[in-house]
Amino acid sequence: MPSSKKPKRMTRRQFVAAGTMGCAALAVGCKEGNHGNWDFLNDAQARTLTAICDQIVPEDDFPSASQAGVLTYIDKQLARHYRRHRDIYRDGLAQAGAMSRERFGQEPAALAAPQMAELTSAIEKQNRKFFDLVRSHTFEGYYGAPRHGGNRNAVSWRMLGMAEPPVNGRAQYDLRKGSA
Amino acid sequence: MKRVNAVVVGAGAAGGIVAKELATAGLSVVLLERGKWYTANDCRKDDLRNQRTTVLGNAFGPEDEGNPRVLFDPHSGPRTLLPSEGGYQNNAACVGGGTLSYGAMAWRFMPQDFRMRSIYGAPAGSSLEDWPIGYDDLEPYYEKAEYEIGVSGDYSGSPFFGPRRRQLPMAPLPPNREFQILEPAAKRLGLHPFHIPMLRNSVPYNGRGPCMRCRWCVGFACEVDAKNGSQNTVIPTALATGNCALRTECMAREVLTDDRGRVRGVAYYDANGHLEEQLSDIVIVSACAIESARLLLNSKSRLFPNGLGNRYDQVGRNLQGHHYTGAMGFFDADTYDDVGPGASIAVADYNHGTAGLCGGGMLANEFIRLPIQMVDRMPAGTPRWGLRHKQSMRSFYKRNIAVMGPTQPIPSADARVTLDPAVRDKWGMPVARISGNVHPHTFEIGLVQAQRAELWLKEAGAVSTILNAGKPTVVSAGQHQAGTCRMGIDPQASVVNRNCQIHDVDNVFVIDGSVHVTNGGFNPVLTIMAIAYLASESLVRNWKGTGFRS
Repeated sequence: MPSSKKPKRMTRRQFVAAGTMGCAALAVGCKEGNHGNWDFLNDAQARTLTAICDQIVPEDDFPSASQAGVLTYIDKQLARHYRRHRDIYRDGLAQAGAMSRERFGQEPAALAAPQMAELTSAIEKQNRKFFDLVRSHTFEGYYGAPRHGGNRNAVSWRMLGMAEPPVNGRAQYDLRKGSA
Repeated sequence: MKRVNAVVVGAGAAGGIVAKELATAGLSVVLLERGKWYTANDCRKDDLRNQRTTVLGNAFGPEDEGNPRVLFDPHSGPRTLLPSEGGYQNNAACVGGGTLSYGAMAWRFMPQDFRMRSIYGAPAGSSLEDWPIGYDDLEPYYEKAEYEIGVSGDYSGSPFFGPRRRQLPMAPLPPNREFQILEPAAKRLGLHPFHIPMLRNSVPYNGRGPCMRCRWCVGFACEVDAKNGSQNTVIPTALATGNCALRTECMAREVLTDDRGRVRGVAYYDANGHLEEQLSDIVIVSACAIESARLLLNSKSRLFPNGLGNRYDQVGRNLQGHHYTGAMGFFDADTYDDVGPGASIAVADYNHGTAGLCGGGMLANEFIRLPIQMVDRMPAGTPRWGLRHKQSMRSFYKRNIAVMGPTQPIPSADARVTLDPAVRDKWGMPVARISGNVHPHTFEIGLVQAQRAELWLKEAGAVSTILNAGKPTVVSAGQHQAGTCRMGIDPQASVVNRNCQIHDVDNVFVIDGSVHVTNGGFNPVLTIMAIAYLASESLVRNWKGTGFRS
């Protein structure tokens, strides 16, 4: 199993890179800021955040955070309910990038797994507020209800062995339909 | 607007009952509720937006927009909080109040819970006091709540409760797997386990069906309407009398007084933000401990410059809720059977009688945990994130039991609700500022309770355990909030009398958890309901038409 992991990771990274190029192409006609497919994040921020989130919930035989849609969840919420956290994300992601360049001479998204793990621990120590926020939001996106953009196909619920979709009761149907 | 006999502010556990009792007795009633009326159809299985896990907002109010409160933490100073943030101490704002989405444990307090000071003496620095009423006074009204609202369960395994005339109207739901694991263990420890009383249909009752045993229970509206609250029992009854008008999305601004010092009605903002005045013979404040205190404090006039009922600076004091402690046990076989509501078994052996402790509390297994609620409840030594955390979720999600309980709070006069000097809500009214803490002895009791929970889990076969016994720096009031308009005999040391009538104004009442002198080692809702029945009955008994005098 471990031997099959590495190519898989590479595939994902290639996928992200490919997606990024696609976004860049799409963004030609867009406003400055290169937001691609995101509501709030720009592509560089999304790449860094992907790298951090996938440390928090890495891939094993079930998907990683980003594969399960956690980025979509966080991005959507930063444009909606979590607008108040935008500054912490902006600054935290910029700091994470700077730390990565300083330590390893590369962007976080380009780091090998052990280096990214080291960087993530360093972020947790140096910017606890930012890290704890990302950690909470990653878990929300991974383990929470799919309707908010994360937990794609209820994958974490399946992983934990929970019935999906959840059982529906009778009242909804009785009350709404009346006598057919 | 037509003058009515009574305005009730707040359509929650108590307000719904008061409205029904008064309307049934023939009084004309206006029931004001700041939130909306949700039904079973509004049950959304959304584990990020409900009343238990509120990271994306409260499903049943208040909205994050325009309803701030201020929490004063001695370490970090004042913080302005949104309703969905921890520390706000929210209870749902909707028709039914907390009873629409609660877990629905339906505890009677024990006789000792009403005589805490006499039994234990007040710890230095506390405001521990006896109630002016006792268990025997409330017993008939507990029964009325159990039958009218509807309670299932079975106390018969426990010898520690006060006498009762009738058994509960419904048998408990069949035991789930946690019950079957915990029951023999409790008996081996010499404890007396029993079925938790719940405001939940186990059989068809009151024209609604039984629980379908799903996991989306505490924090959610019941999709099959098997959970019993004021919104599906007493409030429809009140409306059916033709004597009660329910006005939703109406926010009370102040209780109005005349120049003779009597109450003449309520000023409120309607759903369109227009300021209205509803005149009435009497006013009943049932807005829950924090908002009831805030409304009285905001009701300032020439005769009541410090707010209504606040002549002796008592309104808002003794804020309490429950400090929850317990333990989690991790097992090497599945304990999870996906059968709701999850909470099923309790012991009440530890509520009273431990040398050196002023009370204790009941211990019960927890409601079903949704995955998002598990991420910070991993075995000791589990990293906070990463592959091992993910694998720990997989290993233990179905192999854990939590035993928790509400610690009997030892009240303190310093734990209080005041008006924030700067922060206003969307209507421009000063918001509640919460500060202080319950007496530290509460945390000593809580720690012992957590150790007891741990022992029970180990006896049940837990291979490892973690203790949950924190020491918060600010009072934990939340859904169990109580105490801010204390019931008492001395007008200088309490706010209302035993009939929930404000000491110095005879036509205004506070009827909700605010009047609790102490909050027991139990979820308080059935006591709130019993008091609402008791106070309503005395109010109706003393009602002499529009010129009400007690």
